[in-house]
Amino acid sequence: MAEREAQDNDQPLLMAENLGKSYGGLMACRDVSFALYPGEVLAVVGESGSGKSTLLQLLSAQLAPSAGRVSYRMRDGVMRDLAKLGEAERRFLFRTDWGYVHQDPAMGLRMAVSAGANVGERLMAVGWNHYGKIRDSASSWLERVEIDTDRIDDAPRTYSGGMRQRLQIARNLVTEPRLVFMDEPTGGLDVSVQARLLDLMRNLVSELGLAAIVVTHDLAVARLLSHRVMVMKGGYVIETGLTDQVLDDPHEPYTQLLVSSILPA
Amino acid sequence: MNAPAYNFAYLDEQTKRMIRRAILKAIAIPGYQVPFASREMPMPYGWGTGGVQVTAAILGRDDVLKVIDQGSDDTTNAISIRKFFAKTAGVATTTSTADATVIQTRHRIPEAALHTGQVLVYQVPIPEPLRFLEPRETETRRMHALGEYGLMHVKLYEDIARFGHIATSYAYPVKVNARYVMDPSPTPKFDNPKMDNCAALQLFGAGREKRIYAIPPHTSVVSLDFEDHPFSRYRHDAPCALCGAGDSYLDEIVTDDKGSRMFVCSDTDYCEGRQAQGHRGSESAAPHKERAHG
Repeated sequence: MAEREAQDNDQPLLMAENLGKSYGGLMACRDVSFALYPGEVLAVVGESGSGKSTLLQLLSAQLAPSAGRVSYRMRDGVMRDLAKLGEAERRFLFRTDWGYVHQDPAMGLRMAVSAGANVGERLMAVGWNHYGKIRDSASSWLERVEIDTDRIDDAPRTYSGGMRQRLQIARNLVTEPRLVFMDEPTGGLDVSVQARLLDLMRNLVSELGLAAIVVTHDLAVARLLSHRVMVMKGGYVIETGLTDQVLDDPHEPYTQLLVSSILPA
Repeated sequence: MNAPAYNFAYLDEQTKRMIRRAILKAIAIPGYQVPFASREMPMPYGWGTGGVQVTAAILGRDDVLKVIDQGSDDTTNAISIRKFFAKTAGVATTTSTADATVIQTRHRIPEAALHTGQVLVYQVPIPEPLRFLEPRETETRRMHALGEYGLMHVKLYEDIARFGHIATSYAYPVKVNARYVMDPSPTPKFDNPKMDNCAALQLFGAGREKRIYAIPPHTSVVSLDFEDHPFSRYRHDAPCALCGAGDSYLDEIVTDDKGSRMFVCSDTDYCEGRQAQGHRGSESAAPHKERAHG
């Protein structure tokens, strides 16, 4: 079993090959290739309009690519082209083996139903039919993301911004996904809340051995969370490498500009 | 008496043909909501325009029609729809459940067991069971197509989290033929078990939402629930004040402004039938009481 797992970890979980997306004449994203391995956290950084979000949508099969392909290693170990999955399979993947953390928690949560039901929804979607077990699982996940379990029956619209974001993370992780997509997960939160959230995410990612693709314009997020960084500009990946390497010794002029634009603490 | 200006049963033949096609498709795919080109009817939406169109499309000259509104044969809605078809189709009408061949209903299934050959037509306000949790029609249709019904349990979960039990008491979601989740129109959940393996054909018409769906005779209809919170019927814990029935669905009737109330059968035909057989309740043999109040 351990041997099998070790073998699996040597193979990429997600592979992008010459990925491109054009909106009419506008190339939002072009010729992106990389492989993501199990347990690896990849940050995609760049200024707004550089194609980060388009790339994330392509990778998570929410957009069909104009060129190239994305393949994913399913739980049975077979590498599959996402474009060739049926809609039912794709949606199943999306709510079991994947997580997607939106920048705006209102997009990823059902704001009018309780926190417990928000966390439990994915479990019910895969056939859990025992209220007590669903609730236990929901409350243990609330604990893990540091939300007071007394608030399990409150709707997320009564939650603060930071709590909403943590709830969204719990909702995504409850089915034990292997890959999580995050789109500016700390955007719109104040600095102390950001720090707490980042700390939590870093712990969860390492505890659960999650692979993650984090889109961010904040280099501090990239430095704290990710193992590798991809820098995007004008739809191209202009630089890629280990996080510390890229951020400490940027080669491309644009990356140098990005790094130097961080305000000294 | 019949006004010759109307086609038989009000709708023109091409419209009836269109509705019958939708009905046939609905019967072929139990629980699936079939879109149809709902017509303007001479009554406002919410008064049973969907049910009336379905009834108009299936009515034949030999049919005997019964119309009930919340179980009652003698409320405004029931009387006017019954008159409508008596006038436009000239069909015989009845209040007896056993004698009717077509029963149009708003929010109840008659207490007496339905038999083979009968058709029960429901008036439906909102056909989509997932609507209040997922407002996008494109999304709910996709969820039905792919059989993704986790969301339906979210509603039941919310009930238990809030009230300690499944508090949904009407429009209780059911799974038809182990495939489609369906809203049984706002019938009380007391009636849900009657839908399962029913001998009669059940048709559902939603006029404003332009949907028709159906449960063919002897089809399995299962009310959704949790293993540790199973489906249960609800009935006021009292006998009927007029006929003494202990098994029928009851209406609560407020009798004065001092908190007095009585419980009577919601199904008037059932209640009257029992009274004719000599069954009596606590209030039935006291006509002088009313005089005393006056």
